[in-house]
Amino acid sequence: MIILNSALKSFTLHLQGGLCLPVIEDARLNVAPGECVALTGPSGTGKSTLMRMIYGNYLTEGGSIMVGDLDVATASPREIIRLRREVLGYVSQFLRVVPRVSAVDVVAEPLLALGTPSAEARDRAEALLDRLNLPRALWSLPPMTFSGGEQQRVNIARGMVHPFPALLLDEPTASLDAVNRAVVIDLIREAKGRGAAILGIFHDAEARRAVCDREIDVGAFAPQPVSA
Amino acid sequence: MNQAVTPDVAQAPGAGLQQAAMPATDDLPLLSVRGLSKSYGDRLGCADVALDVWPGEVLGIVGESGSGKTTLLRALAGELTPERGEALYRDAEGRVEDVLRLPEPARRRLMRTDWALVHQNPRDGLRLGVSAGANVGERLMAVGWRHYGNIRATASHWLERVEIDPGRIDDRPRQFSGGMQQRLQIARNLVSAPRLVLMDEPTGGLDVSVQARLLDLLRGLVRELGLAVIVVTHDLAVVRLLADRLIVMRGGAVVEDGLTDQVLDDPQHNYTQLLVSAALRG
Amino acid sequence: MTDTAYNFAYLDERTKKMIRRALLKAVAIPGYQVPFASREMPMPYGWGTGGVQVTAACLTPEDTLKVIDQGADDTTNAVSIRKFFEKTAGVETTTVTGEATIIQTRHRIPEAPLTEDQILVYQVPIPEPLRFLEPRETETRRMHALEEYGLMHVKLYEDISRHGHIATTYAYPVMVEDRYVLDPSPIPKFDNPKMDDCPALQLFGAGREQRIYAIPPYTKVVSLDFEDHPFERGSTGEACALCGAVDSYLDEVITDDAGGRLFVCSDTDFCRSRRNMVALAAAPYEAAE
Repeated sequence: MIILNSALKSFTLHLQGGLCLPVIEDARLNVAPGECVALTGPSGTGKSTLMRMIYGNYLTEGGSIMVGDLDVATASPREIIRLRREVLGYVSQFLRVVPRVSAVDVVAEPLLALGTPSAEARDRAEALLDRLNLPRALWSLPPMTFSGGEQQRVNIARGMVHPFPALLLDEPTASLDAVNRAVVIDLIREAKGRGAAILGIFHDAEARRAVCDREIDVGAFAPQPVSA
Repeated sequence: MNQAVTPDVAQAPGAGLQQAAMPATDDLPLLSVRGLSKSYGDRLGCADVALDVWPGEVLGIVGESGSGKTTLLRALAGELTPERGEALYRDAEGRVEDVLRLPEPARRRLMRTDWALVHQNPRDGLRLGVSAGANVGERLMAVGWRHYGNIRATASHWLERVEIDPGRIDDRPRQFSGGMQQRLQIARNLVSAPRLVLMDEPTGGLDVSVQARLLDLLRGLVRELGLAVIVVTHDLAVVRLLADRLIVMRGGAVVEDGLTDQVLDDPQHNYTQLLVSAALRG
Repeated sequence: MTDTAYNFAYLDERTKKMIRRALLKAVAIPGYQVPFASREMPMPYGWGTGGVQVTAACLTPEDTLKVIDQGADDTTNAVSIRKFFEKTAGVETTTVTGEATIIQTRHRIPEAPLTEDQILVYQVPIPEPLRFLEPRETETRRMHALEEYGLMHVKLYEDISRHGHIATTYAYPVMVEDRYVLDPSPIPKFDNPKMDDCPALQLFGAGREQRIYAIPPYTKVVSLDFEDHPFERGSTGEACALCGAVDSYLDEVITDDAGGRLFVCSDTDFCRSRRNMVALAAAPYEAAE
């Protein structure tokens, strides 16, 4: 479902005189439906970068990144938008939201984008927030003032309210207490059960052990130093 | 002619609005611009600009002043005539025409029905001397609505839609705050269920909290009504919130384009990198 | 006879020719405002110079001229203009509507139905019906050319929202032959229906604004309105105290300082002719006095 083949990326920093920073070289991986694969490696080695490349947030210079039938590396912006709407979900580390939208509306939005009737979208959003133990009083408030853990739960709910066939999870259990960590683990298991291909970054070893079938060390994709 | 607002259709409040549940998965763009060029004597306005907009998406055009983004918008709106280029628009019946070559009556009719232009300064897009209700109702009356009760009810409905108290329907825009005037301008434009909205710095001159409210409103309306929007701005926070895709202009030319989050998070062109790094982090 | 110091009807022949050309154009495009080179007249702007120029261009020595101001033949302005043409054109003049071939009027249409042999010349202060909403001449011309009349209904909408009904009582805008919106000059809206399908030729002259327009005979003239606020001619519900007419436009006359008032026909000739008929019939026509 998510297949990387020789993916390549570097950054060219024009503001630093055109300094070229290679970050990912010859990345390969294959996540099958129903699998959950963890990206591991010390921080700064490119785990988040790779996720962003898969999501289309970062441009990929070479190789291919197949998500389902689409090669994200060469896809047009509209194809990527469609992919993100229908196929590929992403739970990032940080929740970036529009100032005044309420938590339940944030979570319902992906469903509305798919044409789900608004009453049903709200119901499903509320059910998920309930499951994640977000206090009902917060549902109609904008998440901007929430605690880190509360924001993270809104984030997760938004990323999982639609049963995406492919999911990218960046530290989904960070900032969560044991109870909610368990809820998230359950959600991931359910997603796997319905055939979703999941790629995740889990600093939380326990969560990693609980849901991941394999681990891939991103260090393997570090660019080889070029001798001077 | 926009079928949704002719008087033959039921004139209940809310009638005349197109509801699109999701962004259309049309493969065909609503608007295709190619080779658009405009100079002011020796000074270059914009050169050889190309872009496409699909139904139900927001295209952001960013750049600093002098980038040509405003020239581009004004050329599309018919406020100035480019030397070269075409802007192919696909209407509701699927017919394609070059709006730059439309005769003036057709162009003006287009700008009152299928297209809308939201000015940066709401005073440029409103009639300050008539009531809010008349401002919103004008487009309806221009396409032949002749029932006062229906016009008023529809205007009232739209005021609510843009979060203006309908009780102020008879007040003059002069009595409104800047943010309210801007929302009134939006209502005035959207009442004719346009398919393409051109926006020039929609949040310019507004307080930050007022901006947030307006952007929110716009996002909601875009999604509910399936609008295609071209928004021109220098404010990257606005495009991040509002736009699906982004075009970066500098010195009259397009230097980069792509997904909004990709262009802002992984800018390729040196000017874009400069622009992004210079933006104040909120 | 003509005072030999003046050309016939005061204006030189070239000027009359220019005005007739404008009139022909106006008649060919009902309701369209034709610019014309308005001349200096021996009366100030605002006193009927447009109407006088149109009348002068139309007059022939065989014509019989009637001049009314607010319906009356005997007000100062009507008298002055009538004398002007007696002196400069030497034409017959009359106060009887039915005997006139040209009627110049300020702010009223005669009550007596007009015929195909008559020309009605209106004095117009502001020819542009959109002027109060759109001050730019460039813009109003474009609006007429492109039939963009939404703004006209905006004005009526504003009236209803402010007063509960269309508050315009005179100079009430009309649509001519489903094409041009026209300001009929400050006639009371009571008179508007008379313009529709009228056998006479109706000409409009604005001297200061330098515009001429026309409604040819038997032309469709519809007063603007809303479906749920249809045009109403309006009336006082009173009868004329002198002749008893209930269907004529009435002036209100204050008779004393105790609030006493009378309503009398604004059209003096109409009222007089009705009273004459009463006398001729030698029997009360209606309860008068």
